[in-house]
Amino acid sequence: MQLTLEFGGGLELLCESVKIHNVNVDPAEDGGDKLTMKSLLAWVRTNLIKERPEMFMKGDSVRPGVLVLVNDCDWELSGQLDTTLEEKDVVVFISTLHGG
Amino acid sequence: MDEAEVVKPKKNAVGGRLCCLCNQRRPALKRPKTLEQICRECFYTVFEEEIHRVIVDNQLFKPGERIAIGASGGKDSTVLAYVMSELNRRHNYGLDLFLLSVDEGITGYRDDSLETVKRNEIQYGLPLKVVSYKDLYGWTMDEIVKIIGLKNNCTFCGVFRRQALDRGAALLKVDKLVTGHNADDIAETVLLNILRGDIARLSRCTSITTGEEGPIPRCKPFKYTYEKEIVMYAYFKRLDYFSTECIYSPNAYRGFAREFIKDLERLRPRAILDIIKSGEDFRISTSTKMPEQGTCERCGYISSQKWCKACVLLDGLNRGLPKLGIGRSRGPNSDRQRDMKQSNGTRDIQSKQCGTLDF
Repeated sequence: MQLTLEFGGGLELLCESVKIHNVNVDPAEDGGDKLTMKSLLAWVRTNLIKERPEMFMKGDSVRPGVLVLVNDCDWELSGQLDTTLEEKDVVVFISTLHGG
Repeated sequence: MDEAEVVKPKKNAVGGRLCCLCNQRRPALKRPKTLEQICRECFYTVFEEEIHRVIVDNQLFKPGERIAIGASGGKDSTVLAYVMSELNRRHNYGLDLFLLSVDEGITGYRDDSLETVKRNEIQYGLPLKVVSYKDLYGWTMDEIVKIIGLKNNCTFCGVFRRQALDRGAALLKVDKLVTGHNADDIAETVLLNILRGDIARLSRCTSITTGEEGPIPRCKPFKYTYEKEIVMYAYFKRLDYFSTECIYSPNAYRGFAREFIKDLERLRPRAILDIIKSGEDFRISTSTKMPEQGTCERCGYISSQKWCKACVLLDGLNRGLPKLGIGRSRGPNSDRQRDMKQSNGTRDIQSKQCGTLDF
């Protein structure tokens, strides 16, 4: 599944300072053609985060203070970890925890 | 400044629900303050108009005043500069707005964030003044860190920044200084002041305007504005801000308080406003000794001690005794330190916020 992932607010520093990642994630792990945000986060942690993963995740979700938008819509409106992703979706992660 | 392009809406996004304010458009975010699901357009309106209400209800400004916006290039001050210039125009505040930045002399951090402020100067048409530690004190933070290491550097930086902002504001001949402290910052400071037993600061840290007795009053128009909404606003409006942690500031204690607040917010977003309310409603018992305000014998800046903290620190640096003024070491003020342990109420060195403009 083709997805565009964007990291901002300082989170890009955890993935070699690259803000936009065009990735291909195999939804098979979820046992079908659907991919949930929960499995995407696990995938990101394994494949994109190169340092200090604790700045990005806490437990199996993002660290509190990290905003998530799926197709420019707050993931709190789409079920957070249960949000299902589709081909060509755009997922944005922004840290609110850096600087002032 | 192009706003974010509208991307295809998610089918399962909100089960076809509509913005609960306009009932027309698809919601784009959930407001932490009210849990309302609102669209981008309604969000811009409520975000800006709530700040307008805070400004009006608290009479933060008078027509004709000159106002400096403390600008670090970060999200809060960037959104503050943008919103202040919008509201000033829309509601005819009649204010002369300026950007005021402090250059601490931190290579790879402040030099980059100052570039952001310089772009903001052009984008928002606000004149910018930069004051530097090097010019004011003869030292950059890079030089100070070389001497004192990474232990107490935030003390120097915090104490120097507060004065630098006042000096810059005086140079700009402004009537007031506004800073981008948001509701999350204030809730965090309430907690920290409780954890430290710092009653003098606890009673002051929730005030929307402070320092009215000093040279330049400061106010916080974002006192009730959630960090989440500030970041969402900056994202949707594609505002240009800088977000890198200061290379010298781990500040672990504040970090824990921050994380605690964010955990609470996830469970109950109102917690942030409630903590501010608690801070506001604490009453100081009459037996609590409060510091007396005077002026520094050396530079004339407000101080409850013989010398202000910046002069003590600077004296130590210049005499090759950089630990002077840190913790309990002896200095010109030590004779008074015994009877007033936490006496330097407003400018207590242990409670400085790093990376942002301090309270």
